[in-house]
Amino acid sequence: MEPGHLLAAEIRVVSIGLELFADALGARRVPVVHIDWRPPAGGEPRLAALLARAGDDVDVERGRP
Amino acid sequence: MTIGDANRECVRRLQAGGAVLVGVRPAREVLPALGERTLLHAGPPVAWERMCGPMRGAVVGACLFEGWAATAEDAARLATAGGLAFEPCHHHRAVGPMAGVLSPSMALLVVRNEAFGSEAYATLNEGLGRVLRFGAHDQAVLDRLAWMNRELAPLVDGALRRAGGVDLKNLIARALTMGDECHNRNTAGTSLLVRRLAPHVAAARTGDVERALAFMDATDHFFLNAAMAAAKAMLDGCHGVPGSTVVTAMARNGVEFGIRVSGTGDRWFTAPAPKIEGLYFPGYGPDDANPDIGDSAIAETAGLGAFALAAAPAIVQFVGGTAGVALDTTRRMYEITLAEHESFRIPALDFRGVPLGIDVRKVVETGIVPVIDTGIAHRESGVGQIGAGFSEAPMGCFIRALEGFVAGLGV
Repeated sequence: MEPGHLLAAEIRVVSIGLELFADALGARRVPVVHIDWRPPAGGEPRLAALLARAGDDVDVERGRP
Repeated sequence: MTIGDANRECVRRLQAGGAVLVGVRPAREVLPALGERTLLHAGPPVAWERMCGPMRGAVVGACLFEGWAATAEDAARLATAGGLAFEPCHHHRAVGPMAGVLSPSMALLVVRNEAFGSEAYATLNEGLGRVLRFGAHDQAVLDRLAWMNRELAPLVDGALRRAGGVDLKNLIARALTMGDECHNRNTAGTSLLVRRLAPHVAAARTGDVERALAFMDATDHFFLNAAMAAAKAMLDGCHGVPGSTVVTAMARNGVEFGIRVSGTGDRWFTAPAPKIEGLYFPGYGPDDANPDIGDSAIAETAGLGAFALAAAPAIVQFVGGTAGVALDTTRRMYEITLAEHESFRIPALDFRGVPLGIDVRKVVETGIVPVIDTGIAHRESGVGQIGAGFSEAPMGCFIRALEGFVAGLGV
């Protein structure tokens, strides 16, 4: 969809992450759904890499999916 | 087997585990591996030189109780000279609240997990005030311990045999519907246990029956130690599943907080013990408090305590919170657990099961750490409890556990 068309219709927003944005839109009566999300492990790459190596589908003996 | 499979198996074992209180026996009888001059303590391993005040006080008291020293000074010299061996209770399938010091002659509650053929042990609760678990070791403390060993333990042991054991899993489930969370509030659990035991204690017709019943009735936390041994028994049943990231023990020695994980065996992952947020008794404040201490976090590990706080709004007021805080705390713990308990349910959450099976990965991923209900011990030995509140397990334990777990994959 062209950006122009996006703004021509009524705006409905899904806000992910900081609640501040959802609050600001809500105060202007813009329909908004907030999703509480934050980067895994606080966004720390080393910990995110560890988590990626320990997913549910990882075979315990092989150490990989 | 995948990590997902391993965790499903671990949680299955945890749900299937039982906990029946079958007896009260001397430690040296049920723990044959316990050396003659060995003392067990709460939390991960700690040497005498690093022990906090309450734990040192309890060690001194245990030496006096066993007759290994005639005075407190002699006991401290014996410990300093290396005349004692120290090991965590957890290394012997046991748990102890606060300092958790356990010596060979002490009477232990024996809890059996029939489904997995294992047993777990805990000391008898001494009541509040000046007690060994807070490091007190004056004559009144020693006299009470001697009476508990000589009179109370045989009576309760006989009553349990006559009753054919008491199903603690059932009592915990009922206590949760009566306002307990089985860590800081045990009013319902104690009442249920005493009610169950009383006819069998009375039937003994020998010994100090009246004092035994009055003591259990007056000791609001009498059920705590039984619930801790029950939690330990059920968690031991799911420990050692290769590839599982479920936490099977959380424990503090007053200096360090440690956790164990099902898939990483008997290794401890530790971080400095946290401070406790809470309310203090008149005349005491944060400067007087010892950092978090005790094996009682085994309750939270099994989904009780702060994990079941929504079941016990009455105690939140005691530590300065609101009923809303109780609900929010339990709801937050669902974020870091893999299941909901099939037997332990919370009326205020429409009988939802308590959060069960702490996943190390979820803790690191969400940044949400386990919350623990706890008493606050004075940092000097023998003063006792000076307040109550909440502590948070340090994130460092879970990061180290995840590192250790990943390092062991594919090896």
